[in-house]
Amino acid sequence: MSNLTDFDFHAYTDGQLDDARRIRVEAHLAHDAQTAESVRNWREQNETMRALYNPVLNEPVPQRLLDVRATRWRWPSYALAAGAMCLSFALGWILHANQGDLLARTAALPRRAAIAHAVYVPEVRHPVEVGADQQDHLVKWLSKRLGAELKVPLLTQQGFELVGGRLLPGGKGPVAQFMYQDAKGQRITLYISIRDTESRDTAFRFSQEDKIAVFYWIDGNLGYALSANMDRASLLAVATSVYRQLNS
Amino acid sequence: MMERAELAAHIPRLRRYARALVGDSHRADDLVQDTLERSMVKFHLWRRGSDMRAWLFTIMHNVFVNQLKTRRELALDDAAEAALQSAPQSDPLELRDLDAALRQLPADQREVLLLVGLEQLSYAETGKALGIPIGTVMSRLSRARERLRELMSVAPAAVANLKVVK
Repeated sequence: MSNLTDFDFHAYTDGQLDDARRIRVEAHLAHDAQTAESVRNWREQNETMRALYNPVLNEPVPQRLLDVRATRWRWPSYALAAGAMCLSFALGWILHANQGDLLARTAALPRRAAIAHAVYVPEVRHPVEVGADQQDHLVKWLSKRLGAELKVPLLTQQGFELVGGRLLPGGKGPVAQFMYQDAKGQRITLYISIRDTESRDTAFRFSQEDKIAVFYWIDGNLGYALSANMDRASLLAVATSVYRQLNS
Repeated sequence: MMERAELAAHIPRLRRYARALVGDSHRADDLVQDTLERSMVKFHLWRRGSDMRAWLFTIMHNVFVNQLKTRRELALDDAAEAALQSAPQSDPLELRDLDAALRQLPADQREVLLLVGLEQLSYAETGKALGIPIGTVMSRLSRARERLRELMSVAPAAVANLKVVK
Protein backbone atom coordinates (compact mmCIF):
# COMPACT_ATOMS: atom_id res chain seq x y z
CA MET A 1 0.00 0.00 0.00
CA SER A 2 1.45 3.30 -1.04
CA ASN A 3 1.04 6.68 0.64
CA LEU A 4 3.21 8.48 -1.86
CA THR A 5 1.88 11.84 -3.00
CA ASP A 6 2.52 14.27 -5.82
CA PHE A 7 5.04 15.94 -3.52
CA ASP A 8 7.18 12.79 -3.64
CA PHE A 9 7.08 12.59 -7.42
CA HIS A 10 8.13 16.21 -7.83
CA ALA A 11 10.80 15.89 -5.16
CA TYR A 12 12.04 12.74 -6.91
CA THR A 13 12.24 14.66 -10.19
CA ASP A 14 14.29 17.39 -8.53
CA GLY A 15 16.59 15.06 -6.60
CA GLN A 16 15.25 16.30 -3.27
CA LEU A 17 14.30 12.98 -1.66
CA ASP A 18 16.32 11.00 0.87
CA ASP A 19 17.44 7.52 -0.20
CA ALA A 20 14.69 5.60 1.54
CA ARG A 21 11.93 7.68 -0.04
CA ARG A 22 13.65 7.68 -3.41
CA ILE A 23 13.76 3.89 -3.48
CA ARG A 24 10.05 3.74 -2.68
CA VAL A 25 9.25 6.17 -5.48
CA GLU A 26 11.33 4.15 -7.94
CA ALA A 27 9.50 0.97 -6.94
CA HIS A 28 6.18 2.72 -7.44
CA LEU A 29 7.09 4.17 -10.83
CA ALA A 30 8.02 0.72 -12.10
CA HIS A 31 4.34 -0.18 -12.23
CA ASP A 32 2.70 3.21 -12.67
CA ALA A 33 3.40 4.10 -16.29
CA GLN A 34 1.36 7.29 -16.26
CA THR A 35 3.19 8.86 -13.32
CA ALA A 36 6.51 7.61 -14.71
CA GLU A 37 5.71 9.44 -17.93
CA SER A 38 4.97 12.64 -15.98
CA VAL A 39 8.25 12.39 -14.11
CA ARG A 40 10.11 11.82 -17.37
CA ASN A 41 8.43 14.89 -18.85
CA TRP A 42 9.22 17.08 -15.83
CA ARG A 43 12.87 16.00 -15.93
CA GLU A 44 12.99 16.89 -19.58
CA GLN A 45 11.59 20.32 -18.75
CA ASN A 46 14.36 20.87 -16.21
CA GLU A 47 17.03 19.73 -18.64
CA THR A 48 15.68 21.85 -21.47
CA MET A 49 15.58 24.94 -19.23
CA ARG A 50 19.20 24.42 -18.26
CA ALA A 51 20.25 23.82 -21.85
CA LEU A 52 18.50 27.02 -22.88
CA TYR A 53 19.70 29.37 -20.14
CA ASN A 54 23.03 27.98 -18.92
CA PRO A 55 24.86 29.73 -21.77
CA VAL A 56 24.02 33.03 -20.02
CA LEU A 57 26.55 32.03 -17.33
CA ASN A 58 29.34 32.21 -19.89
CA GLU A 59 28.44 35.57 -21.34
CA PRO A 60 30.67 38.45 -20.31
CA VAL A 61 28.99 40.44 -17.54
CA PRO A 62 27.93 43.84 -18.92
CA GLN A 63 30.04 46.64 -17.47
CA ARG A 64 26.96 48.50 -16.24
CA LEU A 65 26.32 45.69 -13.78
CA LEU A 66 29.87 45.82 -12.44
CA ASP A 67 29.59 49.60 -12.13
CA VAL A 68 26.51 49.49 -9.90
CA ARG A 69 26.68 51.91 -7.01
CA ALA A 70 24.48 52.11 -3.99
CA THR A 71 23.74 55.71 -4.82
CA ARG A 72 22.28 55.24 -8.29
CA TRP A 73 18.57 55.20 -8.86
CA ARG A 74 17.42 54.87 -12.42
CA TRP A 75 13.67 54.86 -11.99
CA PRO A 76 12.34 57.77 -9.97
CA SER A 77 8.81 56.35 -10.32
CA TYR A 78 9.88 53.63 -7.95
CA ALA A 79 10.93 56.04 -5.29
CA LEU A 80 7.70 57.95 -5.70
CA ALA A 81 5.66 54.80 -5.53
CA ALA A 82 7.17 53.71 -2.27
CA GLY A 83 7.76 56.39 0.29
CA ALA A 84 9.25 53.91 2.70
CA MET A 85 11.79 52.95 0.13
CA CYS A 86 12.82 56.59 -0.22
CA LEU A 87 13.70 56.53 3.41
CA SER A 88 15.76 53.38 3.15
CA PHE A 89 17.37 54.76 0.01
CA ALA A 90 18.32 57.94 1.83
CA LEU A 91 19.73 55.93 4.68
CA GLY A 92 21.58 53.74 2.25
CA TRP A 93 22.96 56.79 0.53
CA ILE A 94 24.29 58.13 3.80
CA LEU A 95 25.69 54.79 4.87
CA HIS A 96 27.15 53.72 1.59
CA ALA A 97 27.89 56.89 -0.30
CA ASN A 98 31.60 56.43 0.04
CA GLN A 99 31.79 52.81 -0.86
CA GLY A 100 31.99 53.31 -4.59
CA ASP A 101 31.83 50.75 -7.32
CA LEU A 102 31.16 47.14 -6.67
CA LEU A 103 34.63 46.14 -7.73
CA ALA A 104 36.61 49.31 -7.35
CA ARG A 105 37.89 48.60 -3.89
CA THR A 106 38.12 44.89 -4.31
CA ALA A 107 41.65 44.03 -3.40
CA ALA A 108 44.15 42.29 -5.52
CA LEU A 109 44.58 38.73 -6.63
CA PRO A 110 44.72 36.76 -3.36
CA ARG A 111 41.65 38.43 -1.93
CA ARG A 112 39.60 37.96 -5.08
CA ALA A 113 40.71 34.33 -5.24
CA ALA A 114 39.73 33.77 -1.60
CA ILE A 115 36.31 35.28 -2.22
CA ALA A 116 35.70 33.06 -5.24
CA HIS A 117 36.87 30.13 -3.16
CA ALA A 118 34.46 30.99 -0.34
CA VAL A 119 31.55 31.38 -2.74
CA TYR A 120 31.90 28.15 -4.69
CA VAL A 121 33.51 25.61 -2.39
CA PRO A 122 30.38 25.09 -0.24
CA GLU A 123 28.28 24.30 -3.34
CA VAL A 124 27.12 20.73 -3.05
CA ARG A 125 25.03 20.37 -6.15
CA HIS A 126 26.81 22.55 -8.69
CA PRO A 127 30.33 23.39 -7.53
CA VAL A 128 31.57 23.64 -11.11
CA GLU A 129 30.06 24.50 -14.48
CA VAL A 130 31.97 21.90 -16.46
CA GLY A 131 33.06 18.68 -14.80
CA ALA A 132 36.41 16.92 -14.97
CA ASP A 133 34.82 14.27 -17.21
CA GLN A 134 34.96 16.90 -19.98
CA GLN A 135 38.44 18.14 -19.17
CA ASP A 136 39.46 18.83 -22.78
CA HIS A 137 36.39 20.89 -23.42
CA LEU A 138 36.85 22.68 -20.08
CA VAL A 139 40.42 23.71 -20.79
CA LYS A 140 39.68 24.78 -24.36
CA TRP A 141 36.67 26.81 -23.31
CA LEU A 142 38.39 28.63 -20.45
CA SER A 143 41.55 29.22 -22.52
CA LYS A 144 39.43 30.77 -25.22
CA ARG A 145 37.59 33.03 -22.80
CA LEU A 146 40.76 34.22 -21.07
CA GLY A 147 42.67 34.50 -24.32
CA ALA A 148 45.57 32.46 -22.97
CA GLU A 149 46.60 28.84 -23.10
CA LEU A 150 45.68 27.36 -19.71
CA LYS A 151 47.14 24.23 -18.17
CA VAL A 152 45.47 22.16 -15.49
CA PRO A 153 47.94 20.84 -12.93
CA LEU A 154 47.68 17.23 -11.83
CA LEU A 155 47.45 16.90 -8.03
CA THR A 156 46.84 13.18 -7.70
CA GLN A 157 50.08 12.72 -5.78
CA GLN A 158 48.86 15.19 -3.19
CA GLY A 159 45.57 13.29 -2.98
CA PHE A 160 43.46 15.78 -4.95
CA GLU A 161 41.36 15.04 -8.02
CA LEU A 162 40.02 17.66 -10.42
CA VAL A 163 36.29 18.30 -9.90
CA GLY A 164 35.98 20.74 -12.80
CA GLY A 165 36.01 24.43 -13.48
CA ARG A 166 34.03 27.54 -14.05
CA LEU A 167 34.24 31.02 -15.52
CA LEU A 168 33.89 34.04 -13.22
CA PRO A 169 33.74 37.77 -13.66
CA GLY A 170 36.93 39.50 -12.55
CA GLY A 171 38.06 43.07 -12.25
CA LYS A 172 39.69 42.95 -15.67
CA GLY A 173 37.66 40.48 -17.64
CA PRO A 174 36.99 36.81 -17.21
CA VAL A 175 38.65 34.60 -14.64
CA ALA A 176 38.95 30.82 -14.57
CA GLN A 177 38.53 28.73 -11.45
CA PHE A 178 39.51 25.07 -11.23
CA MET A 179 38.35 23.06 -8.25
CA TYR A 180 40.00 19.98 -6.74
CA GLN A 181 38.79 17.68 -4.00
CA ASP A 182 40.44 15.00 -1.86
CA ALA A 183 38.91 11.79 -0.50
CA LYS A 184 37.71 13.59 2.62
CA GLY A 185 35.88 16.22 0.61
CA GLN A 186 38.43 18.95 1.33
CA ARG A 187 38.47 21.36 -1.60
CA ILE A 188 41.17 23.49 -3.18
CA THR A 189 40.63 26.07 -5.90
CA LEU A 190 43.05 27.43 -8.47
CA TYR A 191 42.10 30.92 -9.61
CA ILE A 192 43.61 32.17 -12.87
CA SER A 193 43.17 35.73 -14.03
CA ILE A 194 44.65 37.96 -16.68
CA ARG A 195 47.36 39.99 -15.03
CA ASP A 196 46.30 43.49 -14.11
CA THR A 197 48.67 46.34 -14.65
CA GLU A 198 49.13 47.21 -10.99
CA SER A 199 50.59 43.87 -10.01
CA ARG A 200 54.16 43.51 -11.15
CA ASP A 201 55.27 41.10 -8.54
CA THR A 202 56.05 37.69 -9.90
CA ALA A 203 57.26 36.07 -6.68
CA PHE A 204 55.61 33.13 -5.03
CA ARG A 205 53.74 34.67 -2.10
CA PHE A 206 51.42 33.80 0.73
CA SER A 207 48.38 35.62 2.03
CA GLN A 208 45.95 34.70 4.80
CA GLU A 209 42.44 35.91 3.88
CA ASP A 210 40.25 35.31 6.90
CA LYS A 211 40.24 31.53 7.25
CA ILE A 212 41.45 30.91 3.74
CA ALA A 213 45.12 30.38 2.96
CA VAL A 214 46.23 31.61 -0.46
CA PHE A 215 49.49 31.11 -2.34
CA TYR A 216 49.76 33.32 -5.40
CA TRP A 217 52.18 34.35 -8.11
CA ILE A 218 52.25 35.97 -11.51
CA ASP A 219 53.72 34.32 -14.55
CA GLY A 220 53.78 36.16 -17.87
CA ASN A 221 50.38 37.74 -18.29
CA LEU A 222 48.55 35.37 -15.96
CA GLY A 223 48.01 35.64 -12.22
CA TYR A 224 47.58 32.40 -10.29
CA ALA A 225 46.19 31.89 -6.79
CA LEU A 226 45.71 28.60 -4.99
CA SER A 227 43.22 28.80 -2.10
CA ALA A 228 42.16 26.37 0.58
CA ASN A 229 40.72 26.37 4.04
CA MET A 230 43.78 24.65 5.51
CA ASP A 231 46.96 25.64 7.27
CA ARG A 232 49.82 27.22 5.46
CA ALA A 233 52.20 24.29 5.71
CA SER A 234 49.72 21.78 4.26
CA LEU A 235 48.81 24.03 1.39
CA LEU A 236 52.44 24.83 0.66
CA ALA A 237 53.16 21.28 -0.50
CA VAL A 238 50.29 21.45 -2.99
CA ALA A 239 51.10 25.00 -4.06
CA THR A 240 54.72 24.10 -4.75
CA SER A 241 53.63 21.30 -7.01
CA VAL A 242 51.17 23.54 -8.86
CA TYR A 243 53.81 26.24 -9.25
CA ARG A 244 56.35 23.76 -10.67
CA GLN A 245 53.88 22.25 -13.10
CA LEU A 246 52.63 25.58 -14.40
CA ASN A 247 55.98 27.29 -14.61
CA SER A 248 57.97 24.43 -16.08
CA MET B 1 34.56 44.40 1.42
CA MET B 2 34.63 40.65 1.07
CA GLU B 3 30.85 40.70 0.80
CA ARG B 4 30.81 43.29 -1.95
CA ALA B 5 33.05 41.21 -4.16
CA GLU B 6 31.02 38.14 -3.29
CA LEU B 7 28.03 40.04 -4.62
CA ALA B 8 29.84 40.49 -7.94
CA ALA B 9 30.59 36.78 -8.06
CA HIS B 10 26.85 36.04 -8.02
CA ILE B 11 26.08 38.19 -11.06
CA PRO B 12 26.29 35.45 -13.73
CA ARG B 13 23.74 33.31 -11.95
CA LEU B 14 21.42 36.24 -11.28
CA ARG B 15 21.59 37.03 -14.98
CA ARG B 16 20.70 33.46 -15.92
CA TYR B 17 17.66 33.47 -13.69
CA ALA B 18 16.55 36.94 -14.81
CA ARG B 19 16.88 35.97 -18.47
CA ALA B 20 14.65 32.98 -17.97
CA LEU B 21 12.21 35.02 -15.89
CA VAL B 22 11.65 37.97 -18.23
CA GLY B 23 12.89 36.63 -21.58
CA ASP B 24 14.35 39.73 -23.16
CA SER B 25 18.06 40.09 -22.38
CA HIS B 26 18.03 43.87 -21.94
CA ARG B 27 15.08 43.80 -19.55
CA ALA B 28 16.70 40.91 -17.73
CA ASP B 29 19.87 42.91 -17.14
CA ASP B 30 17.73 45.86 -15.98
CA LEU B 31 16.23 43.52 -13.40
CA VAL B 32 19.70 42.38 -12.31
CA GLN B 33 20.88 45.97 -12.10
CA ASP B 34 17.92 47.00 -9.94
CA THR B 35 18.51 43.96 -7.76
CA LEU B 36 22.18 44.84 -7.28
CA GLU B 37 21.34 48.45 -6.52
CA ARG B 38 18.80 47.48 -3.92
CA SER B 39 21.05 44.88 -2.42
CA MET B 40 23.80 47.45 -1.99
CA VAL B 41 21.38 49.86 -0.34
CA LYS B 42 20.17 47.09 1.95
CA PHE B 43 23.53 45.54 2.54
CA HIS B 44 23.49 46.22 6.25
CA LEU B 45 20.44 43.93 6.48
CA TRP B 46 22.28 40.93 5.10
CA ARG B 47 23.25 38.52 7.84
CA ARG B 48 26.92 37.71 7.51
CA GLY B 49 27.50 34.03 7.01
CA SER B 50 24.01 33.37 5.65
CA ASP B 51 23.45 32.30 2.05
CA MET B 52 23.92 35.42 -0.05
CA ARG B 53 22.51 33.83 -3.16
CA ALA B 54 19.18 33.09 -1.47
CA TRP B 55 19.12 36.64 -0.13
CA LEU B 56 19.70 38.03 -3.63
CA PHE B 57 16.90 35.91 -5.06
CA THR B 58 14.58 37.34 -2.42
CA ILE B 59 15.54 40.88 -3.43
CA MET B 60 15.16 40.06 -7.10
CA HIS B 61 11.73 38.63 -6.42
CA ASN B 62 10.66 41.85 -4.66
CA VAL B 63 12.00 44.02 -7.48
CA PHE B 64 10.29 41.81 -10.05
CA VAL B 65 6.94 41.90 -8.25
CA ASN B 66 7.18 45.69 -7.97
CA GLN B 67 7.81 45.93 -11.68
CA LEU B 68 4.76 43.81 -12.39
CA LYS B 69 2.70 46.11 -10.20
CA THR B 70 3.95 49.40 -11.59
CA ARG B 71 3.83 48.46 -15.23
CA ARG B 72 1.74 45.54 -16.25
CA GLU B 73 3.60 42.69 -17.77
CA LEU B 74 3.93 42.84 -21.54
CA ALA B 75 0.89 41.51 -23.27
CA LEU B 76 1.14 37.83 -23.88
CA ASP B 77 1.35 38.13 -27.64
CA ASP B 78 4.11 40.75 -27.56
CA ALA B 79 6.10 38.71 -25.09
CA ALA B 80 5.79 35.56 -27.13
CA GLU B 81 6.80 37.45 -30.23
CA ALA B 82 9.78 39.04 -28.51
CA ALA B 83 10.87 35.68 -27.18
CA LEU B 84 10.68 34.09 -30.59
CA GLN B 85 12.58 36.91 -32.19
CA SER B 86 15.27 37.14 -29.53
CA ALA B 87 16.08 33.44 -29.68
CA PRO B 88 18.82 32.76 -32.20
CA GLN B 89 17.48 30.86 -35.18
CA SER B 90 20.15 28.23 -34.74
CA ASP B 91 18.57 27.05 -31.50
CA PRO B 92 16.74 23.78 -31.80
CA LEU B 93 13.03 24.37 -32.13
CA GLU B 94 12.38 22.79 -28.77
CA LEU B 95 14.49 25.38 -26.94
CA ARG B 96 12.75 28.31 -28.59
CA ASP B 97 9.41 26.72 -27.82
CA LEU B 98 10.29 26.39 -24.17
CA ASP B 99 11.20 30.05 -23.91
CA ALA B 100 7.94 31.06 -25.57
CA ALA B 101 5.98 28.66 -23.37
CA LEU B 102 7.58 30.02 -20.19
CA ARG B 103 6.36 33.51 -21.12
CA GLN B 104 2.82 32.13 -21.02
CA LEU B 105 2.99 30.84 -17.47
CA PRO B 106 1.66 33.12 -14.75
CA ALA B 107 4.62 34.97 -13.22
CA ASP B 108 4.25 33.35 -9.78
CA GLN B 109 4.35 29.85 -11.29
CA ARG B 110 7.27 30.76 -13.55
CA GLU B 111 9.32 31.96 -10.58
CA VAL B 112 8.83 28.69 -8.68
CA LEU B 113 9.53 26.51 -11.71
CA LEU B 114 12.76 28.40 -12.49
CA LEU B 115 14.08 28.52 -8.95
CA VAL B 116 13.53 24.78 -8.59
CA GLY B 117 14.24 23.49 -12.09
CA LEU B 118 16.87 25.92 -13.35
CA GLU B 119 18.51 27.25 -10.19
CA GLN B 120 18.12 23.95 -8.33
CA LEU B 121 17.08 25.55 -5.06
CA SER B 122 15.46 23.26 -2.53
CA TYR B 123 11.71 23.66 -2.01
CA ALA B 124 12.38 25.25 1.38
CA GLU B 125 14.85 27.76 -0.12
CA THR B 126 12.39 28.55 -2.90
CA GLY B 127 9.61 29.24 -0.40
CA LYS B 128 11.90 31.44 1.61
CA ALA B 129 13.05 33.41 -1.42
CA LEU B 130 9.48 34.04 -2.54
CA GLY B 131 7.98 34.48 0.91
CA ILE B 132 5.48 31.64 0.53
CA PRO B 133 4.87 28.40 2.46
CA ILE B 134 6.22 25.17 1.05
CA GLY B 135 2.71 23.93 0.28
CA THR B 136 2.27 26.88 -2.06
CA VAL B 137 5.65 26.13 -3.65
CA MET B 138 4.46 22.61 -4.40
CA SER B 139 1.07 23.60 -5.81
CA ARG B 140 2.59 26.27 -8.05
CA LEU B 141 5.31 23.88 -9.19
CA SER B 142 2.76 21.23 -10.00
CA ARG B 143 0.55 23.63 -11.95
CA ALA B 144 3.53 25.14 -13.79
CA ARG B 145 4.77 21.73 -14.90
CA GLU B 146 1.38 20.59 -16.14
CA ARG B 147 0.78 23.84 -17.99
CA LEU B 148 4.23 23.76 -19.56
CA ARG B 149 3.64 20.22 -20.66
CA GLU B 150 0.40 21.23 -22.37
CA LEU B 151 2.07 24.19 -24.05
CA MET B 152 4.98 22.11 -25.25
CA SER B 153 2.76 19.39 -26.65
CA VAL B 154 0.95 21.90 -28.84
CA ALA B 155 2.40 22.10 -32.33
CA PRO B 156 5.12 24.81 -32.47
CA ALA B 157 3.13 26.69 -35.10
CA ALA B 158 0.23 27.05 -32.69
CA VAL B 159 2.45 28.69 -30.08
CA ALA B 160 3.88 31.04 -32.68
CA ASN B 161 0.40 31.91 -33.91
CA LEU B 162 -0.57 33.33 -30.55
CA LYS B 163 1.30 36.50 -31.44
CA VAL B 164 -1.05 37.15 -34.35
CA VAL B 165 -4.06 37.53 -32.07
CA LYS B 166 -4.03 41.20 -31.22
